[in-house]
Amino acid sequence: MALYSEKVMDHFRNPRNVGVIEDADGVGEVGNAKCGDIMKMYLKIDNDTVTDVKFETFGCASAVASSSMATELIKGKPVSEVMRLTNKAVAEALDGLPDYKMHCSVLAEEAIAKALEDYFSKHPEKRIQ
Amino acid sequence: MIYADNAATTKMSSAAIAAMMPYITEYYGNPSSLYLAGQKAKEAIERARESVARCIGAQPREILFTSGGSESDNQAILSAAMIGKKQGKRHIVSDPIEHHAVLHTLKKLEKEGFEITFLPVYGEGVVRAEDLKNAVRDDTCLVTVMYANNEIGTIQPIGEIGRFCRERGILFHTDAVQAVGHIPVDVVKDGVDLLSASAHKFHGPKGVGFLYAKRGIPLSNLIEGGAQERGKRAGTENVPGIVAAAAALEESAAKMEENARKLSALRDRLICGLSEISHSALNGDAHKRLPSNVNFCFEGIEGESLLLLLDDKGICASSGSACTSGSLDPSHVLLAIGRVHDVAHGSLRLTLGEDADTEDVDYIIRSVKEVVERLRGFSPVWRDLTSGKKPFIL
Ligand SMILES: Cc1ncc(COP(=O)(O)O)c(C=O)c1O
Ligand SMILES: [Zn+2]
Repeated sequence: MALYSEKVMDHFRNPRNVGVIEDADGVGEVGNAKCGDIMKMYLKIDNDTVTDVKFETFGCASAVASSSMATELIKGKPVSEVMRLTNKAVAEALDGLPDYKMHCSVLAEEAIAKALEDYFSKHPEKRIQ
Repeated sequence: MIYADNAATTKMSSAAIAAMMPYITEYYGNPSSLYLAGQKAKEAIERARESVARCIGAQPREILFTSGGSESDNQAILSAAMIGKKQGKRHIVSDPIEHHAVLHTLKKLEKEGFEITFLPVYGEGVVRAEDLKNAVRDDTCLVTVMYANNEIGTIQPIGEIGRFCRERGILFHTDAVQAVGHIPVDVVKDGVDLLSASAHKFHGPKGVGFLYAKRGIPLSNLIEGGAQERGKRAGTENVPGIVAAAAALEESAAKMEENARKLSALRDRLICGLSEISHSALNGDAHKRLPSNVNFCFEGIEGESLLLLLDDKGICASSGSACTSGSLDPSHVLLAIGRVHDVAHGSLRLTLGEDADTEDVDYIIRSVKEVVERLRGFSPVWRDLTSGKKPFIL
């Protein structure tokens, strides 16, 4: 048995939506170099929908694959739905992660939440209660 | 595939495999039994003991076969602590880059009231004899310093430490797991009282090792039971393993000079090639170093990702990153030589095998360059560094 599922390795080897959005509507960075994983998410939001998303990750394969999968899960989705994304959903979409690697997928959820928070802080009227 | 993780374990040599076979297929008797099949096995163990002893300058009766490096480390340190305790001495000197088999045993002793002093290893990862001289006290019962480090490959001034300990009448243990079979080790010349070795690091089998204990040093048992190994290590002997360990060491010792010369040249070529990667640094002293060891930090990337992409290119290596170990902290060795967390996560250890050639080394250099560049390409840390938002460390 390999350490990771085929899906994790696929997203790790060919990460989707890698990069930066210069005029992003929301940006969120989480993690720190001390623990070994840092993730940065850039969101473009139009009409209450995430129209584009890009990420940058410093971290293990689990962190890279989680960010990649998370961007696929939220691209084109309404903000109200994106807000409800959980790390569990990300891990499941990747056909699972080793237990001790679950914390890396939490970062994807947190980075997106933080990017949304950034967006809401600039557009308080859009905040969903 | 290029196997460049020989510090983790090595491939068994054909000599070792051939040597063990008769003791699996034919002379499988219990060495404690009286009939011929048992006595043949017993003789084989004693021949192995002589051979291993010769390779490190010891007497056969000073060699105890164990299950490997960890067991040897545990028994050596706990035995020395027991001797110290009886004399009212409860102080031990060591260093922070020891293997966990040593560090965790010391931690256990600390809980039992022993005091441990850790010598500094400085940026080069090498202890200094002057520091040892200042650290020992009247109640010091043991100095334990590894012969060579498993992560950064640095070789410690063992002879100097041994002579000093001998003068002061302090027991000296060295974890020589990474040294035996690779660089010259002589327990008499080095003034060593206790030494640990492990067969799978010199092309022998896993789960076999030995402990050298200078004649007259009373050992405490970790395993109680039968009278095997002069009553100091109970349990029916791993005959095939012991025989194979000795055969592997004989061969490694015979080819040591030739291998070391060849490997050091390849190592330096690899170090030179990887140094061309910007914002990188070699870990550990460049000269006081095992012939096969290369260890680098690359700023802005994380080690596990690096390893997996190298694996895709057919290169087996290892890293001191936290995410490869499942803990949150990167390697204690890299932290001890002053690498900060950010940089320690991006470490790569390559330990070459004797069958490596310049073509392999050049392929490794090309591959590492490619992979580092790729990972830096989507690293937010690298972006912050290159945009000037954060200062480079390396
Ligand atoms: C320096 C050092 N000491 C001890 C050990 C443990 O040896 P073993 O795996 O035989 O228990 C190792 C191997 O990982 C090592 O490199
Ligand atoms: Zn991780």
